[in-house]
Amino acid sequence: MAILVIAEHTNVALGAATLNTVSAAKAIGGDIHVLVAGAGCAAVAEAAAKIDGVSKVLLADNAAFAYQLPENVAPLIAEVGKDYTHILASATSIGKNVLPRVAALLDVDQISEIIAVESADTFKRPIYAGNAIATVQSNAAIKVITVRGTGFDAAAAEGGSASIEAVTAGGDAGISVFVSEELAKSDRPELTAAKIVVSGGRGMQNGDNFAMLNRVADKLGAAVGASRAAVDAGFVPNDMQVGQTGKIVAPDLYIAVGISGAIQHLAGMKDSKVIVAINKDEDAPIFQVADYGLVADLFDAVPELEKAL
Amino acid sequence: MKVLVAVKRVVDYNVKVRVKADNTGVDLANVKMSMNPFCEIGVEEAIRLKEKGIATEVVAVCIGPTAAQEQLRTALALGADRAILVETAEELRSLTVAKLLKAVVDQEQPQLIMLGKQAIDTDNNQTGQMLGALTGYAQGTFASKVEVAGDKVNVTREVDGGLQTVTLNLPAIVTTDLRLNEPRYASLPNIMKAKKKPLEIITPDSLGVSTASTVTTLKVEAPATRSAGIKVKDVAELVEKLKNEAKVI
Repeated sequence: MAILVIAEHTNVALGAATLNTVSAAKAIGGDIHVLVAGAGCAAVAEAAAKIDGVSKVLLADNAAFAYQLPENVAPLIAEVGKDYTHILASATSIGKNVLPRVAALLDVDQISEIIAVESADTFKRPIYAGNAIATVQSNAAIKVITVRGTGFDAAAAEGGSASIEAVTAGGDAGISVFVSEELAKSDRPELTAAKIVVSGGRGMQNGDNFAMLNRVADKLGAAVGASRAAVDAGFVPNDMQVGQTGKIVAPDLYIAVGISGAIQHLAGMKDSKVIVAINKDEDAPIFQVADYGLVADLFDAVPELEKAL
Repeated sequence: MKVLVAVKRVVDYNVKVRVKADNTGVDLANVKMSMNPFCEIGVEEAIRLKEKGIATEVVAVCIGPTAAQEQLRTALALGADRAILVETAEELRSLTVAKLLKAVVDQEQPQLIMLGKQAIDTDNNQTGQMLGALTGYAQGTFASKVEVAGDKVNVTREVDGGLQTVTLNLPAIVTTDLRLNEPRYASLPNIMKAKKKPLEIITPDSLGVSTASTVTTLKVEAPATRSAGIKVKDVAELVEKLKNEAKVI
């Protein structure tokens, strides 16, 4: 068996999610190759070659791949991937955008967001917002799979010494153009990679009050998240959303502040190792999943927490 | 231009689903079914394009059981002009759904195809992208803003870490994210009017699409439950527990 892992990257740095996806590939078992498609991304290929367990890196360096436009990248992956038994990508916004297009080009079903590998053809994945876990088996010649990072530990970023081979396939399909990108600038860790996440909900009352959470987060080296209620209310941008329709996180410590614990939110954070809930409503469902619950007004408790850290 | 909007009949957003005792799936008997929330956003966006004079006709399409006529009637009540049901009792995989939609696209020749980014039952997030591959059209997934400009459409997409804007040649495919719009409610007169709007029923066979799949669901289980921990009396105790008991800070 040979497994092709699609690297997640920014053209200059390898995305951490790739390491979790390599672990999923290891669990399947077989020769693991990584495809780095981008523009001016040789440094990413070098980083990918060092990942423990990777035997070969394929580098497709082409201006058409700079922004991971699926119209350009999917045909490349389908072409390179046709000789493999498995094609894996991280279930990030890039992987989710590109990989189903690859699957359809190869005329196979895709298995989305696996959280466990049972065997080379059988996988577990959450359905109904994580309220059920399905075990699915694929008899497709090429299994096209996205991997939920929280289901797999990161592979070691050092220790491998794979060869790097250039790939010249693919180009610009000429039907889509990248215009612009507005990425939130933050010195805090990325939500899905953070060891500690502090999240606020509707109880925060407004966006300005998130400054309180930011201060606590900075003391803990944490990322700041939010519930969908806080996003819908316009307190914070959508890329901070943790939950079924937002990001799925599983940090060592998750601190939920003023979050009631709607099922859609729990779906995004219930695999965290330790959950803390601060809420003034002692009947809030969040307390049913919290390891440590504090029934208190967040406007008293959060400043106190900041001082105590 | 013509807009095709795909809708899916799924378990209602507010229903807490339970896994069947025999682990063959989730129990959907006597459970409220609704239009997938992301599809509602797609219908709303299509109707807004019509209200702005950009879309000339909005066609709603659903791949689903006989009862999915309800969701198509909802789309008609919201403002779609006509509807097509590709009727099947089978639970189809996303690739099959995409192939059926491709066949409908071939017949209808829409300039813009709107879909929800994912259905809240299977959580696949595949169909729009697959339809992109099958039609060869460009795709703007997870859209939070859609602007048609001449023979192109500008789509602002929700991506990890922020927003990305792309320009796509029409015809194109757009899949909706939550912030694209807030869907309206259907008014009673419009619900009545919707009953008279055309709803065509066809079969997968008539579109020449096989419903075979390479994936089998072996079992469906309830997730591991997490039990409630303890209540702490104050912040000092919380910090003490996190430091000394959980050892996470």
